[in-house]
Amino acid sequence: MESKSTGWFQRLCQGLSKTHTTFMGGIERLLRGRAGVDEELFEELEEVLILADLGYQTAHEVVERLREAARRQKINEPGPLRSLLRSELLEIVKPFQSPLEISAHSPFIMMVLGVNGVGKTTTIGKLAARYSRQGKKVLLAAGDTFRAAAIEQLEIWGQRAGCSGVIKHRSGSDPSAVVYDSIQAARSRHMDLVIIDTAGRLHTKDHLVAELQKMKRVISKELPEAPHEILLVLDATTGQNALQQAKQFNEALEGITGLALTKLDGTAKGGIIFSIVRELAIPIRLIGVGEGIEDLRDFEAEEFIAALFETA
Amino acid sequence: MFDNLSDRLQTVFKKLRGYGKLTESNIQEGLREVRLALLEADVNYKTVKEFIEKVKEKAIGDQVLKSLSPGQQVVKIVHEEMVALMGGEYKELAPSPHPPTSIMLIGLQGSGKTTTAAKLANLFQKQRRKVLLVAADPYRPAAIDQLTILGQQLGIAVYTDKEAKNAVKICQDAHQFARSGGYTYMIMDTAGRLHIDEELMQELREIKRVVNPQEVILVADAMTGQDAVNIAKAFDQEVGIGSVILTKIDGDARGGAALSIRAVTGKPIRYVGTGEKIDALEPFYPDRMASRILGMGDVLSLIEKAQAAYSEEKARDLRKKIARDAFTLEDFRDQLRQIRKLGPLEQIIGMIPGGKKILKNTDLKADEKKLIQIEAIINSMTVQERNNAEIINGSRRKRIAKGSGTTVQDVNQVLSQFTQMQRALRQMKKMGMIPGFGGNPFRKKRR
Repeated sequence: MESKSTGWFQRLCQGLSKTHTTFMGGIERLLRGRAGVDEELFEELEEVLILADLGYQTAHEVVERLREAARRQKINEPGPLRSLLRSELLEIVKPFQSPLEISAHSPFIMMVLGVNGVGKTTTIGKLAARYSRQGKKVLLAAGDTFRAAAIEQLEIWGQRAGCSGVIKHRSGSDPSAVVYDSIQAARSRHMDLVIIDTAGRLHTKDHLVAELQKMKRVISKELPEAPHEILLVLDATTGQNALQQAKQFNEALEGITGLALTKLDGTAKGGIIFSIVRELAIPIRLIGVGEGIEDLRDFEAEEFIAALFETA
Repeated sequence: MFDNLSDRLQTVFKKLRGYGKLTESNIQEGLREVRLALLEADVNYKTVKEFIEKVKEKAIGDQVLKSLSPGQQVVKIVHEEMVALMGGEYKELAPSPHPPTSIMLIGLQGSGKTTTAAKLANLFQKQRRKVLLVAADPYRPAAIDQLTILGQQLGIAVYTDKEAKNAVKICQDAHQFARSGGYTYMIMDTAGRLHIDEELMQELREIKRVVNPQEVILVADAMTGQDAVNIAKAFDQEVGIGSVILTKIDGDARGGAALSIRAVTGKPIRYVGTGEKIDALEPFYPDRMASRILGMGDVLSLIEKAQAAYSEEKARDLRKKIARDAFTLEDFRDQLRQIRKLGPLEQIIGMIPGGKKILKNTDLKADEKKLIQIEAIINSMTVQERNNAEIINGSRRKRIAKGSGTTVQDVNQVLSQFTQMQRALRQMKKMGMIPGFGGNPFRKKRR
């Protein structure tokens, strides 16, 4: 898990390398083994996309457009289909490539949320490390007062990342109070960035979602323009349910401002991200491709798609 | 549970039932929609294909097409195939003849192993077994603390070794400890890992080799997409698993993992995690789950829940009190609590056949809130007030409203409901209905 000084593209390729064997490996195999373009090929392409978690609807529409384009351009060889598919997929995510920019506000207040076990605290730890290294003063707020040892986990990450401090209360206390204190502290200690951890919660639990709304209200009351970022962390292994998560959190908090897609280093394809940005138009900020601190990367559409297609 | 899939399938079946006579093309069309519903629910692509093939084979026979209720026949076939897909009958985990019965929990990061370990331990402890939890995750920050805290909350012993950086050694030592300490169960909470991480898979194999657990259980997130089967297959091939526990099934998970994992790996799902509370772990019954998905309800689970929540002793007390005309607000509150112990209203309704459909437009969450509000109002009364509601005058009502965060009107409403209830009970007693009233509808049959 040690970091090597490889470029991030290679890292993503490494992270996604297993992905090709099933995802694009499937497409490669499909396209290579054929002489012509027929209905069967399109159906199989749709299957591969569904297996990548794009969901039936999105997969169907992508293939439909591919079919249309093939007809228009009179493509009767599988080869050119590859680049067509590539550009179809790229077209969907490219507009949502938009990295985090924290210098516009000081302190910049970021709330991090998501369902249980997607990697919120780990993502926060890595973000804290990234900005601390850039010389920013980072304050963490232990807003997960529910799960046993969540506060300790954040504290350890805080130490590792070398950030300026962790604001915490006792386990079981009101997370909004932690939020309030962290904003006061950030102001008096002139912090550049406050990252607020929240307890994992399913998007269907109304009372827990209401708790998030309260946290947001408390922030806005102290700093009218804040929170400046509401980051939703999604697990790449999640299927169609991730769209539901994004929809409901987006609605409840009146706008998720960014997405982080974690655990792309497994065999999951994270294809649900296509449906999410198509429907909700939320910028994809970050992707997680491993356990190391440097394995949290800015999302870059071209490389994301390329890494999916390249054979490692 | 699996509402989305459930709704879509029921729409398809309603249409099929509507036909007096089914043609082959009706069935084809219906199955096409079933296929889409399953795909949108993240059921594995290949599993769906096979499932549809099987149903089609059985459904397009003469027997179905010529039967009196062909639509119903198709539903029956789907139900059967779905049960088969999820593993047929439920089997309990067999305890080892040489205690401790050790259980090894493995899985990806964030699938819910630590929480599940605690829930499982709690389950065994309730059966009055001596349980040891083993913190075998030396990697994730504060993972050991998390299990320790959960153990403390439950009063269950947790084996930890903060110095050891080697999970194999931790498990080996813990096993020794459990054996000499006379533990019946030992549950190992291992670190989350990717199924393609060769080094960490080796570690699991090592633990398995030195401890030789009764069962290795894969803990998997119910919301996992198409990758669920790859993950399960990889863990099975690399380590060898005996069964699966699906977590986070209480949200709007669509059921893909539940329907695919057993079909692809041949390993049964043993339990499902149904909530954040420590007792939210239920045995997984394929037949009941299939019934629930197809909107046929799950009365058996409901009865079991009621049995668990129902206390014979309290019922007897209550009967006596009613006989003496001494039914108080305190008793009223007890009754409310018993109802709420069954779980969220939504879950309860989902277990009643057709329940969801009947109450489609009812805001169950609001009803749930109402129950909580009534309880809060009664909580804000003094013991004296609860035992003698008549003394609750205007100023007391004001205080109660303030204390419970409600209005005086709300308090009035609860009090008048309570008075009506008292009156009704008195009426029943006069009519001689009380002795029968006491019968326990949930009493377990004794042999």
